[in-house]
Amino acid sequence: MRKMRVAKEDVLKLYQRLNDEAEASGYHLNPDIEFTKELIRGLLTNEQRYGYWACPCRLASGAREEDLDIVCPCDYRDHDLTEYDQCYCALYVSEKVVRGEKTTGSIPERRGTTQEKAKAGSSSKAISELSFPVWRCRVCGYLCARETPPEICPICKARRERFEKFI
Amino acid sequence: MLSRSVFEIEEFMMQHVPGQNQGKITLYALSTCGWCEKTKKFLDNLGAEYSYVYVDLLQSDQKQAAVNEVRRWNPRCSFPTVVINDEVCVVGYNEQEIKKAIGI
Repeated sequence: MRKMRVAKEDVLKLYQRLNDEAEASGYHLNPDIEFTKELIRGLLTNEQRYGYWACPCRLASGAREEDLDIVCPCDYRDHDLTEYDQCYCALYVSEKVVRGEKTTGSIPERRGTTQEKAKAGSSSKAISELSFPVWRCRVCGYLCARETPPEICPICKARRERFEKFI
Repeated sequence: MLSRSVFEIEEFMMQHVPGQNQGKITLYALSTCGWCEKTKKFLDNLGAEYSYVYVDLLQSDQKQAAVNEVRRWNPRCSFPTVVINDEVCVVGYNEQEIKKAIGI
């Protein structure tokens, strides 16, 4: 496979777009802008190669269906943000990293550990058998089903401590 | 035939970087990955002789052979994977572990 050419302007444009979207919904791009731009160049390269934004730090199969879980933002981003203050490739980081209280690095690959679990839990179940707890933002009522509430509510920007366990 | 396919990976896919002999160092990387790039730069700065391959740039047969080789060392097949002296495998960008493995 040949190396793809991605224009500098396209990288900058997507960087700005992703940064605006991230900040508007309670996420943060990695403040190491040069590193971040290279990841974004990787996303655009993968878009040219495969037709979708496969994670730049994972080997894509080339079949979108097989790679859905690693299309950026990947299924593992929020879990990794909670546990490691960054996603796998470190395009997204936590507030701690933005404030300089934590540095980024290589983190363990989560893919393959939770994938099976997520697939197994897709059928309808009684409330007592839910695969994830449901969290409610006390400020705006936003509901989400995941291990822990998000760092910041993506709707109203309330912080994690404003969430309560709903189910 | 298995040993032949391993031989093919080493001889035809790898890019060789000349430098000081610190043992056999092989880097399996992705051309789009920031941590792979940092690992490669680290090896460059060490001045060590090493071989690398961008697995994402390989054609399908060679890619499969490379993936099989990475899996032998790192079953999750994540990148970067650095194999030192066909003995030790360092997964991810980890300067300390690489230094330890080559004994510096």
